[in-house]
Amino acid sequence: MAKFIFYRILQAIFVVFAVTLTVSFAIRLTGDPAIMLSQGAGSITEADLERIREALGLNRPFLVQYWDFVSGVFVGDFGRSFMGGTSVGALIARALPATLMLALVSLFLSIVISIPLGITAAVSRGKWADQAIRILSLVGLSFPNFWLAIMLVLVFSITFRLLPPSGMEGPISFIMPAATMAIILTATNVRLVRTTMLETLRSQYVMVARAKGLSETKVLYKHALRNCAIPLVTYFGLQFGGLLGGIVVIERVFNWPGLGTLAFEAVAARDYPVLQAVITVLSLLIVSINLLVDIAYGLLDPRIRTE
Amino acid sequence: MNPSELLSVQSLNVSFGASTVVEELCFSVEQGKTLAIVGESGSGKSVTSLAIMRLVEHMNGSINSGKILYRHGEKEIDLAALDDKAMRKVRGKEIAMIFQEPMTSLNPVFAIGDQIVEILTLHEGLSRSAARKEAQRLLDLVRLPDAKELLDRYPHQLSGGMRQRVMIAMALACRPKLLIADEPTTALDVTIQAQILSIIADLQRELGMAVVFITHDMGVVAEVADDVVVMNKGKKVEQAPVADLFANPQKAYTRALLSAVPKLGSMAGQDLPRREPLTVIKDNQPQEVGVSRALDTARYEEAPLISIRNLVTRFDIRKGLFGGVTHRVHAVEQVTLDIFPGETLALVGESGSGKSTIGRTIQQLQDPTSGEVIFKGKPLAAMSKAEKMQLRQKVQYIFQDPFASLDPRKTVGFSVAEPITTHGLLDNRAAIDRRVAELLERVGLSSEHAERYPHEFSGGQRQRICIARALASNPELIIADEALSALDVSIQAQIIDLFMELQEERNLAYLFISHDMAVVERMSHRVAVLYLGQIVEKGSRRAVFETPTHSYTKRLLSAVPVADPGARRKRILLTGDIASPVRAVGNEPAIVSLNEHAPGHFVAEEAAKSINHQGEHHA
Repeated sequence: MAKFIFYRILQAIFVVFAVTLTVSFAIRLTGDPAIMLSQGAGSITEADLERIREALGLNRPFLVQYWDFVSGVFVGDFGRSFMGGTSVGALIARALPATLMLALVSLFLSIVISIPLGITAAVSRGKWADQAIRILSLVGLSFPNFWLAIMLVLVFSITFRLLPPSGMEGPISFIMPAATMAIILTATNVRLVRTTMLETLRSQYVMVARAKGLSETKVLYKHALRNCAIPLVTYFGLQFGGLLGGIVVIERVFNWPGLGTLAFEAVAARDYPVLQAVITVLSLLIVSINLLVDIAYGLLDPRIRTE
Repeated sequence: MNPSELLSVQSLNVSFGASTVVEELCFSVEQGKTLAIVGESGSGKSVTSLAIMRLVEHMNGSINSGKILYRHGEKEIDLAALDDKAMRKVRGKEIAMIFQEPMTSLNPVFAIGDQIVEILTLHEGLSRSAARKEAQRLLDLVRLPDAKELLDRYPHQLSGGMRQRVMIAMALACRPKLLIADEPTTALDVTIQAQILSIIADLQRELGMAVVFITHDMGVVAEVADDVVVMNKGKKVEQAPVADLFANPQKAYTRALLSAVPKLGSMAGQDLPRREPLTVIKDNQPQEVGVSRALDTARYEEAPLISIRNLVTRFDIRKGLFGGVTHRVHAVEQVTLDIFPGETLALVGESGSGKSTIGRTIQQLQDPTSGEVIFKGKPLAAMSKAEKMQLRQKVQYIFQDPFASLDPRKTVGFSVAEPITTHGLLDNRAAIDRRVAELLERVGLSSEHAERYPHEFSGGQRQRICIARALASNPELIIADEALSALDVSIQAQIIDLFMELQEERNLAYLFISHDMAVVERMSHRVAVLYLGQIVEKGSRRAVFETPTHSYTKRLLSAVPVADPGARRKRILLTGDIASPVRAVGNEPAIVSLNEHAPGHFVAEEAAKSINHQGEHHA
């Protein structure tokens, strides 16, 4: 197991390198930050632009700039933003917890709802409860997330004035963004839980558990669910990665002070250091979640643990 | 209910949706006795056992009418009318059940100890530590070695036989009054089956428990039962004490069933395999159809069709991250064999003996590690691509599972025609269609079947389709790898006859791979017994079956249950597990040498103590 984790960490480092290299390179193809910075400053000469580039270090070869960035990351220095020179590290430190919390709350909410719903659907396969749950999940799947977000704001903030329409102030402000994401996630998760559960329920050991005289709750939530854990944890792990990407839209709608908003603004301004840092942090997060998922396999399944 | 009865099933009807699977079933189980329910697939025997446990409802079945009376102390309870909460107190506590598939009966994610502890804390109210102690005692009781250490092991670390013993320990944890065993030994090798049957019998005596034994195997019935219920298509055919049933079956169906069962020893005194008439039911009377004729088809004076010389096949097991080979499966070790035109050579042995690997190597589905396969005098290694292709045409394979070996999305006609088109044997469509129709009719199907899809056929019919497909390329050798094992006995008897008929007609050679000694005895000219990848005994069928000489052959033959209740005998029982062909790298197995014991009868030399088993005792 230790050897396995060591190997996965090596792999993770390689992935992070590949991602940051690609992003740093690609972003430099999208436009010149010197022009962005000098917009609205009247008449600008090529010499002025060159001076800005020099001040930002953009006139150096790409690999030098990349190395500068990477070596900074190792000592925790993400550099300074092109816009106002704020420390990128400080920007990330403010935005990361906001995004992480929102993502975790959404995922948690979705798991807590989709497991019992999925199990109920599987157990009552073909009956009305199953049909109802499947129709609901299809409805949930069909909503575009931004539309759902705007509708929630219209109903709960504008009409009923129950919830704050934007920003992150206290637990109450989590309700709408987390609900929006959870609804969409739950729609797919219910189907996944239902399918894996149906598979497991056909197993002989489930029949054996019933033949022991165990209650249905024990049979389903102890014997069957543990065996569904591997596919579910894999999927939830992947989903968390997707969630971090998809959160950008929701953060915009709710004006959530997270990484999504930060990245969005950085792209618009060609703010390379900020964007590079956001992508690096996101890829680090996704890679470490996948690592955690792999470790969880061993904890969940003795067949993997004892090999 | 009679006071001696523990369970009485009265006019039971069970259905799945619109189809009735058990109809007006009545039988009763005496306290402390064993009732066998026997029948072929679709007879409703398993559904009956699930109905008694009230588990059919979880499979979307329902008990429509009838009573399942169970004696509980002074009272009689109708299990069919019990609510789920009350029923849960019966399950596991009063009536316990063991299932067919030991490999999937235990939950893979929980330790063995925890799975036994669970039932003890549930029904007996034991504390965890007391339950653990009791679980250890139970594992001792089913004769598992190192019970204490086993508590913390997981199911995948145990063999099938050990898992089934854990299942028995779990089922007996709360000292149930009735044990329902649904085909508990069907998935196991015969020597392990003999162990499990003896464990169940011993514990039944000790606990004074009644057993309902569900099986399709008449040999097992003769071995274990006091009374027998024969079922067919959801109905009871007849019920009788075991000796009466075998000696004097009343109903046509029972007689046909019994006559289809191959009995070990039935070929004694004969040199050649024999086609025997089949018993079929016509106008409610059993009738014999077909011929009785010895099969003198083998041409030993000719050169062998296929020769195998010093064949070795090993599989690397890569463990760990960087894929270092630490262990190897020694599937086949130094095997030398000849298959002559027109003969049936049987390869027998238990799981892991390497019998299937030999077949797959001949069919080029598997590359040998070393050694030679020689077809009509030419070694495989020296063959051109075209010659190898021709070998594939001349050697055909029939697999065990007729459900998995036909492409569900292709018509039967397409599957049968495929070898003809692949090898370019016929080139116009009409000729191919004619040939397919001919082949289907040859194996007892009709030419219209070509348009249909595999799911429209029963298991026996599908196996006939597979035979038609094998015949399509005009083979000289057919490798039948457990090709009869998944079939009901009556169907099996028909397919055996078809195999023999085709042999007479086309002078086919068969490599017949099987674990079923009675079927092997019926069909083969010569037999090779494999143990851990090596041949320990080979010779004519008569020599091997009538004068078995190697201790493993003797043990294998003595473990086979014989469908004759008068013949319950003392047998050589193994206490250990089947030895594993997996060895650490560098730890090469010793190669046994064969001595010619009698002309054509070769027996491996044995060391003073019995090979590789943990020991044995006489029961």
